[in-house]
Amino acid sequence: MDVAAAKRPTRVQTALREASFAGLIAALLSFPILALRVEADMNNRLVLEERWPLVGVATLSIFVARFLSSILDDWRARALAIAGALSNLFAIGLMIFPDRPQIGLALWFGASGSTLMAAGLYFEREGRAAPERPIAAPQVAKTSRTSGLINLVGIVALGFVIAYPLVLLAWLGPQGSLKWINNYGVQILIYVMLGWGLNIVVGLAGLLDLGYVAFYAVGAYAYALLATTFGLSFWICLPLAGILAAFWGILLGFPVLRLRGDYLALVTLAFGEIVTIVLTNWVDLTNGEAGISSIPRVSFFGLPFTAADDGFAATFGIAFSPIHRTIFLFYLILVLALITNVVTIRLRRLPIGRAWEALREDEIACRSLGVNTTNTKLTAFALGAMFGGLAGAFFAVRQGFINPNSFTFMESATILAIVVLGGMGSQIGVALAAVAMVGGTEILRELDFLKVLFGNDFDPNQYRMLIFGLAMVVMMVWKPRGLISTREPSIFLKERRGVAGSLVKEGHG
Amino acid sequence: MNRWMTDPILRVEHLSMRFGGLIAVNDVSFSVGRGDITALIGPNGAGKTTLFNCITGFYKPTQGRLAFAREGRADEREVRALTRTGKRHARLASGDIYMLERMPDFEIAAKARVARTFQNIRLFAGMTALENLVVAQHNALMHASGWSILGLLSVPSWRRAETAAIEMARAWLARIGLEHRADDPAGALPYGDQRRLEIARAMCTGPALLCLDEPAAGLNPRESGELASLLRLIRDEHVTSILIIEHDMSVVMKISDHVVVLDYGALISDGTPDYVRNDPNVIAAYLGVSDAAEAEQVVAEIARESHK
Repeated sequence: MDVAAAKRPTRVQTALREASFAGLIAALLSFPILALRVEADMNNRLVLEERWPLVGVATLSIFVARFLSSILDDWRARALAIAGALSNLFAIGLMIFPDRPQIGLALWFGASGSTLMAAGLYFEREGRAAPERPIAAPQVAKTSRTSGLINLVGIVALGFVIAYPLVLLAWLGPQGSLKWINNYGVQILIYVMLGWGLNIVVGLAGLLDLGYVAFYAVGAYAYALLATTFGLSFWICLPLAGILAAFWGILLGFPVLRLRGDYLALVTLAFGEIVTIVLTNWVDLTNGEAGISSIPRVSFFGLPFTAADDGFAATFGIAFSPIHRTIFLFYLILVLALITNVVTIRLRRLPIGRAWEALREDEIACRSLGVNTTNTKLTAFALGAMFGGLAGAFFAVRQGFINPNSFTFMESATILAIVVLGGMGSQIGVALAAVAMVGGTEILRELDFLKVLFGNDFDPNQYRMLIFGLAMVVMMVWKPRGLISTREPSIFLKERRGVAGSLVKEGHG
Repeated sequence: MNRWMTDPILRVEHLSMRFGGLIAVNDVSFSVGRGDITALIGPNGAGKTTLFNCITGFYKPTQGRLAFAREGRADEREVRALTRTGKRHARLASGDIYMLERMPDFEIAAKARVARTFQNIRLFAGMTALENLVVAQHNALMHASGWSILGLLSVPSWRRAETAAIEMARAWLARIGLEHRADDPAGALPYGDQRRLEIARAMCTGPALLCLDEPAAGLNPRESGELASLLRLIRDEHVTSILIIEHDMSVVMKISDHVVVLDYGALISDGTPDYVRNDPNVIAAYLGVSDAAEAEQVVAEIARESHK
């Protein structure tokens, strides 16, 4: 019996064998079709073109697909993981094959492929967790497999993000990498931070806030006004902006937190509008629509990013380039976002964080246990507002110019969409959603290859939002609770098991 | 003398609750004895849950006084003095007394230490059983975590407090037989387990008075037997008095020291289980007849029928 068990191949071994067999067949089949091609050259001579890499890609794709399909149980997980893996391979192909590497597309396919795979693995876990466990289940202490996987994904993603600007700089040079670091890197990270900030209010405490952009605006104007009027440096203004935004969060919170659900959402919506209208019309202070320009730029702890002798480049003995400031901004927002994340994760494991989540689950029960719900809601509001304010100050120092048009309801809606799409309460889900929402809309600008399909008159930019909207609808039909709906318990006795999203409440204001 | 006369923990005096023209509780006065299990019974719609909501602060009573003497016997004169000051709380030689009708709901739980459960279970369904019990220790843990500042720094005193809280939660899970399901979401537990978990959660707040709103509703006989022994254990091992609304008479008669009967918002009987069981007013109320004389007639008829 034991011997037989020992001899029986493991799942992985079986999967590998099946995958190798499928790969072999794929190689044999693709060889006559893909490997060689006859083409007429400039002089109308026929030449034989060898396309061995294509055979390689085909074989590898089949191998990976077959492997995933035998190792995963849940059919949805299989479909997603295979689609994701193929998308990733396609991204690699895009980088290797064409004469001019299509970085945008490759990144897009790579990111969406990874997202699909991650989503697939979630399904797999939910599929395994779903059957009701018998009451007398054996008490085997084990750590959740997918929980470890998520941590691994987080670490890998963090490593990728840290390396991202440097790799791009080394690869594409200062000119070529600027767009990628600024439009994709910095822009996405701002929304990651805003998403994480709003996640405290909406995801954890369950308070629907439609006016989050107001705090973003407070932070941005706080820095702009303090810096231009009093000449305070960014490093002094940054905490001040956070404190001011938190103060406004409490000020808004006091009168409205007795409201619930739709009413709370309406009042916060109104608050967001009021802030924009005041910023537009209080011309003496804010200069109205014309906005505040020549906001002092960020310096490297006192060293300005200029070509001057006392500038950053000269001090470190490197050639001046505007990319230095962009890279510094990238790491600055990365650090700010990570602070938001770490504070949120730690607070979730403290009584205040558990009280937020309990509040989202059942407010009346909270009060019956002696939880001061007003204070608990206020802290959530103030903390969320504070992180919004910090992001706002960063926005102002990055742009150098702000006006009320940057703080419209559309921004609030985008940030809220990021939180909902990511899965309320999930930090990694929110980060993924920010990448998909902001990076996705940006990357859709790079759809020029569609001209090959639809002719030169076709302007893909016009369809950008259409495609995006469609993707959102599909997403919400397919995963109404967001990308990552499973809730991680804050503490555990024996084993950290995710709580299925269907049990977790969304809050009612 | 009965304990609710000599050493009451809660005195309900002339309590009335009106909703517009409807009088849900009408001038009800009774006492809850320290260390007793007091049952509040009555037909559906008698005003039992309304009375509960007044005691736990979810409703503000229209009229009446709810004097809660947490530690020791409160002197009548001192209670009257506190009533006149308009304050919520006074520290007397015998211990703290609280005017519950003047306090918001969460303070009644946090300061006066009156915990409650709900008729329709209100667990935090998306949180694990363990988390439910740790949330119940919120106020003590907030203090230990230095309003989150010490907790963010993870100082040793906070970590000790957290470990102690988890240990207390674990002990309660063991006591209600749910230790093996500590890491399962509360919403995924069977109904009977959820009832017990809600009681354990209320106990984790360290209450002096525990108010249970129909804890045996929907339980099978074995489960309600377990519930009865759990309640006795709470009364005997902890310094907790219990006020319980219950329809299951087998549970009521088995465990309670004192029974209070409401009908149409008014108190109709108040005494030991034996006294109440034989009170013609109670029988009349439960049989749905107008007065005690008619009830005796009905009871006699039933007795004759069953002897035939």
